[in-house]
Amino acid sequence: MTENGIGASVRRKEDYRFLTGKGSYTDDLNLAGQTHAYFVRSPHAHASINSIEVSAALASDGVVAVLTGDDLAADGIGPLICGVNVTSDDGESHRAPPHPALALGKVNYVGDHVAVVIAETIAQAKDAAEKVEVDYGLLPAVTDTATAANDDQQQIHDVAPNNVCFNWPFGDKAVSDAAFKSAYKVSSIDLLNNRMVTNPMEPRAAVGEYNSGTEEITLHLTTQNPHVHRLVLSAFNQLAPEHKLRVVGPDVGGGFGVKIFVYAEELVVGWACRKVNRPVKWTADRTEAFLADAHGRDHVAHAEMALDENGKFLAMRVNTTANLGAYLSTFATMVPSYLYAFLLAGQYSTPIIYSEVKAVFTNTAPVDAARGAGRPEATYLLERLVDVCAEDMELDPAEIRRRNFIPVDAFPYQTPVVQCYDSGDYNAALNKALVLADYGTFSDRAKEAESRGKRRGIGLSSYVEACGIAPSAAVGQLGAGVGLWESAQVRFNPTGNVQVFTGTHSHGQGHETTFAQLVTEQLGVPIENIEIIHGDTAKTQFGMGTYGSRSLAVGGVAIAKACDKLIEKGKKIAAHALEAAEGDIEFSDGNFQVAGTDKAMNIAEVAFTAYVPHSYPEGLEPGFDENAFFDPMNFSFPAGTHVCEVEVDPETGVVEIIKYSAVDDFGKLINPMIVEGQVHGGIVHGVGQALLEGCQYDSDGQLITASYMDYAMPRADNVPSFDVDYAPTNPPHNPLGVKGCGEAGAIGAPPAVINAITNALGIKHIDMPATPENVWRAAQTATS
Amino acid sequence: MLTVSLNVNGESVSGEVEDRTLLVEFLRENLRLTGTHVGCDTSQCGACVVHVDGFSVKSCTLLAAQADGTDVTTIEGLAENGELHPMQQAFKDNHGLQCGFCTPGMVMSAIDIVKRNGSGVDEATVRKELEGNICRCTGYHNIVNAVQAGAKKMGN
Repeated sequence: MTENGIGASVRRKEDYRFLTGKGSYTDDLNLAGQTHAYFVRSPHAHASINSIEVSAALASDGVVAVLTGDDLAADGIGPLICGVNVTSDDGESHRAPPHPALALGKVNYVGDHVAVVIAETIAQAKDAAEKVEVDYGLLPAVTDTATAANDDQQQIHDVAPNNVCFNWPFGDKAVSDAAFKSAYKVSSIDLLNNRMVTNPMEPRAAVGEYNSGTEEITLHLTTQNPHVHRLVLSAFNQLAPEHKLRVVGPDVGGGFGVKIFVYAEELVVGWACRKVNRPVKWTADRTEAFLADAHGRDHVAHAEMALDENGKFLAMRVNTTANLGAYLSTFATMVPSYLYAFLLAGQYSTPIIYSEVKAVFTNTAPVDAARGAGRPEATYLLERLVDVCAEDMELDPAEIRRRNFIPVDAFPYQTPVVQCYDSGDYNAALNKALVLADYGTFSDRAKEAESRGKRRGIGLSSYVEACGIAPSAAVGQLGAGVGLWESAQVRFNPTGNVQVFTGTHSHGQGHETTFAQLVTEQLGVPIENIEIIHGDTAKTQFGMGTYGSRSLAVGGVAIAKACDKLIEKGKKIAAHALEAAEGDIEFSDGNFQVAGTDKAMNIAEVAFTAYVPHSYPEGLEPGFDENAFFDPMNFSFPAGTHVCEVEVDPETGVVEIIKYSAVDDFGKLINPMIVEGQVHGGIVHGVGQALLEGCQYDSDGQLITASYMDYAMPRADNVPSFDVDYAPTNPPHNPLGVKGCGEAGAIGAPPAVINAITNALGIKHIDMPATPENVWRAAQTATS
Repeated sequence: MLTVSLNVNGESVSGEVEDRTLLVEFLRENLRLTGTHVGCDTSQCGACVVHVDGFSVKSCTLLAAQADGTDVTTIEGLAENGELHPMQQAFKDNHGLQCGFCTPGMVMSAIDIVKRNGSGVDEATVRKELEGNICRCTGYHNIVNAVQAGAKKMGN
């Protein structure tokens, strides 16, 4: 390991600009001649639009334009699309209702986009938006996930009878039913996975500018994937040809999935800047973020496990209804299907799994991927069910997990739900986590708490996730419209410093440091001479962006492969300069050396020679600049066990997390400091879901949790500090030996917290969020 | 429109604002000090915290007109000659930031917490006092460490 190389907790290169207020977020950008956009949004969950009267708004001070869906349609822009096919049980593709970026005759959720006002100032745009008169014809709203497909519900879209997007069975029902018939015991649970609003702290924003001389649109966006935005906006939304559209994602203030998607506002801003031939800026306020960002989770499920007399899992069957909201967001269909059902095996060798997923439309904001995306839903369901099994079998929760873990010698392990896990040692992580959590002495602490009138509980969660998304062939078979490789370019400048262009995007993950560590380790260039560049389609050759914990596992490997090419080329240049055979050149610590001699030149000298090739190998191209693409052979499968210990006050229902211990297998760690930070953040995201966050619509479809006054984000005084450790195994298919760490906490935490609460109260189940009111009610029932 | 004059990061500034202009808007749009961020519209998130006459204030809750005649310090005013303030340095050393969006408000709040609670401020106090600053990235663990480490450095 070099001082700043792989395994070092290097302090982050990006921090200085963030700490001094010099970050460059989308809303920080003001362009000369800039106008401001404000969207007129539907106040109703479900309504026809009889008319839109814009004349008063147009006459308002400072207004440049007022544009509606008719204007958008006349220009042939849109509609928005969903990029992943799921085949429904009738053999047809999932139902995809029209998704105009500005409403055409109908609105389908509160916050739906009706018109856009463009004015000289944002205040003038808001003032004018009040003067847009929309005549709505109200329709009954559908908001409840569980009953959305009932016959008596209002149909939202003509193309989707009973509001069903797809019915997607997976597995062999007859085989599963037979296993259940012969089971020693069947454990079951009904639960919901609460709807969440993702809430990165930076609201979404877009600044568009049009150059009439070159006919190029530049869109500055809060995006996790600039090239994906460009591709979709160009190929599917008809905004501009790909070579005439530049997407720039500068510093982005958190993503967690919600900035993957192509949104109406982004398309409209891109279109409007050309229409008015002036730059157009739009920044969401937080209320708009609550209303119109894609939401996450929102499942209702029933799950059963068939067990033998030793507590071995024989078969599992799951019935899930997933709420996709009013329209299909960019990757919506993939989340409750492939990213969910294919993780239902968890860490266990359950031989038979049968799953049915019904995805429904409702008059709520679109639902799509949010930190973990499908995998938290699968893990929560499974890990809650396993605790119910333990209770039914009178086994310790740790013991029933051990009895069912996929053994360490069974890898690679083909699950019954498509995924083939490449590596793992689930017992190792569990055992380490139990030690870290002082699991063995828990009963002493529970007794002590009881003497104070409190109830202690301890809960486990043993999760596995599929990330490093993803092998292109695999996702292609599943119906994805894109390949999910990653690209990198590593360029030496003649003076010896290095610019690395990556197709991934950093919005808090610290890529500028982690990726520089990879390069300093491999090429021996001092880390301060390495710059990581991302987030601009005009700079980076191509890329699929950052989500699914893929940046290091896929993008990092692309960087390493480009470095490999530089070393190979460098050997030729060095061999020529040092008058040696290429086969005799060895490269280490930044030096090309003739083996067994002290003849050497460093990589900066090689780079200079490549750009000033006065004496150079015959036929070799000048330049020291290589690119590489990497398409992984498999997903990666991080796993771990989290242990949460809580103390419940039965008088108030307040749950305090006393101790939280996490032992994860992420493979090799490049920067342990950054990895630990990702774990902390993920855990609190999961604790937020378990204890605090619940997105609520009323029966009329009004979002009643549309601000930080009403939607409880986890705050510093809601959570403890954490004990984090690792139990790594080596993923054989990943050249860097890495697995990904960004989502683990959000996946592992919710069941650990809820299992601790049910343990404390001696109850079978409590739904999330376990707010003081819900816990207090459960405590009353438990004691009565 | 009215004219406001105040001292920002040691420099006298003035500008024309609407009656309804918020201090944060004046800082970001008139002065182009974009380190102060806006993360919500209900004075909850704390991304916009600055110091007004030495006290931490959410600059979205104050009209620019109300700040007339005050001394304002923003995140841009903390480092001196390129050297980070001890609290900024502590955030870097302890990985107390990820995406950086809440960070300016966190650092400004943290300095005020230390001023009011001293260099030995304990974890529980830090957590309670940071209740008005929301972070989605870090899980607060490293922010709390950073504030305590920064407090020690400020005290020395």
